[in-house]
Amino acid sequence: MAGKAVLTGTHFMNGDEACCEGALAAGCRFFGGYPITPATEVAERMSKRLPQVGGVFIQMEDEIASMAAILGASWGGRKSMTSTSGPGFSLMMENIGLGLCTETPCVICNVQRAGPSTGLPTLVGQGDMMQARWGSHGPYEIIALCPASPQEMFDFTIRAFNLSEQFRLPVLIMADEVVGHMNERVVIPPADQIEVIDRAKPSVSPAEYLPYRPGPDGVAPMANFGDGYFMHVTGLTHDQRGYPTMTPAAQVEMTERIVGKIRNNLDRILDYETLLLDDAQVAVVAYGISARSARGAVLAAREAGLKAGLVKLNVAWPFPEQFIRELSHQVKCMIMPEINLGQMVLELERLAQGRCAVRLVAHPGGTIISPRRIVEAIGQALKERP
Amino acid sequence: MTGNAQRELVITGFGGQGIILTGNILGKAATIHDGRHATMTQSYGPEARGGACSSQVIVSDGEIAFPYVESPQVLVCMSQEGFENNRSTLIPGGMLIWDADLVETHDLDPSWSLHEVPATRFAEELGNKMMANIVMLGFLSALTDLVDPESLKKAMLGSVPPQTKEKNEAAFARGREYGLAILKGKAERGAAAS
Repeated sequence: MAGKAVLTGTHFMNGDEACCEGALAAGCRFFGGYPITPATEVAERMSKRLPQVGGVFIQMEDEIASMAAILGASWGGRKSMTSTSGPGFSLMMENIGLGLCTETPCVICNVQRAGPSTGLPTLVGQGDMMQARWGSHGPYEIIALCPASPQEMFDFTIRAFNLSEQFRLPVLIMADEVVGHMNERVVIPPADQIEVIDRAKPSVSPAEYLPYRPGPDGVAPMANFGDGYFMHVTGLTHDQRGYPTMTPAAQVEMTERIVGKIRNNLDRILDYETLLLDDAQVAVVAYGISARSARGAVLAAREAGLKAGLVKLNVAWPFPEQFIRELSHQVKCMIMPEINLGQMVLELERLAQGRCAVRLVAHPGGTIISPRRIVEAIGQALKERP
Repeated sequence: MTGNAQRELVITGFGGQGIILTGNILGKAATIHDGRHATMTQSYGPEARGGACSSQVIVSDGEIAFPYVESPQVLVCMSQEGFENNRSTLIPGGMLIWDADLVETHDLDPSWSLHEVPATRFAEELGNKMMANIVMLGFLSALTDLVDPESLKKAMLGSVPPQTKEKNEAAFARGREYGLAILKGKAERGAAAS
């Protein structure tokens, strides 16, 4: 059965379905995954939709294999993705590192549920945020996007693919159960209005090609297997040819490249939105579903005459260090609501360096944070002496 | 807590009654046909059938920030458990609707407007008790201003299997007529009293 890759129109769909449609619109044509609540609907829809558009869906034996499959598909030239939740995300960590080391574009959508371990499978959590940053071993940088609505699941999934293709790395979509299962309006634009970025291909002959020789922006053009270019792909520290090179100097060159291509291109990666921040004395900094609680809280606080503002982090990793540092000079307090017992709030503390107070509004998972609790924290922060 | 134009509704029952579908149809009607904002969230347990579940719908003219419904204006109960678990959340002056044969009510707030609907019985009479949720939608279209009644019907017809459209349309009409008759009765009683 033939189908359209881009379902242009207005829909009422859940976030998982919107993620799938965003992926297809971005050109994803391979999905390898293992079902897990609350991410199953991504895979379920992919299993119907990919065959309609000439793509391939494979249900793998587990999440380790799923991650390996999408790396292989990417080297074969397909845009590829998987989706999972906490327990599966833990299993994927080693192969995410392989993707980072081999600079393989792909997308992983983690629809977070409450953990640790099996936790609350059908209920929300945001407890994998530091795992997203540091879960695989060794020095690296990662990109993680945090959608707060089904529309953003669509939009950010497209951006995740574009970033993965531009910077040659696995990109994470750190969603959560509520965003994944919530139904809202999703507007899918015409295909020609969607920006789709494809990985840079080598412009030199196979004889001259080095698979890890960086281009001007620090990213090496990538040939597909079968294009006639010689390639060696290894998780061992390698030189520009891709050959294992067991020296400290090769380690320096390789890690500087995989870290540098992110750190030196922050202006092309970072994304945050602000609301009522100009005269704010308290800034609520939030991501994902908690940014919606925060938005409700900031609007309610303003109605009560409290000078609160919102920073919504669309990209959580890399963290907007310079912006938060500057904000810590302006406000009296930064508040982070998150559905864990304190993770991204540590970034605020690190960057504030005592210049302003930093407060956490936490819930360990199972429900989202009521705006009332954030309003109370805003009121409390404004009462405290400087 | 974000603006007064926001309407919040909770439908509760058990898995298999089409509770989530009912919320989905309301949301579709509001967003796709009425051009307003709507959010539908759901809660359910690990069971596929028979476990308690609920669907929460917010309809608003503006953007919806917080997606959970903490104190609904309308509560529809399709199971005893749903009634017991959610009764205390209904706001003073809110509307309580329940399935006459599935729920026994108690401890009702005198400020609530109360509506007992034999939705499952009507659906059985029309040939399929699975359509009780559609009877309820028809009833809601008469008694509430959540969404435009025509939009709701359109969204419903677009959401059910094509071969069941006719029967579902009849179920919707049955619920709507029942609701309109209640309104008419109220108006007549009001006229008689004055």
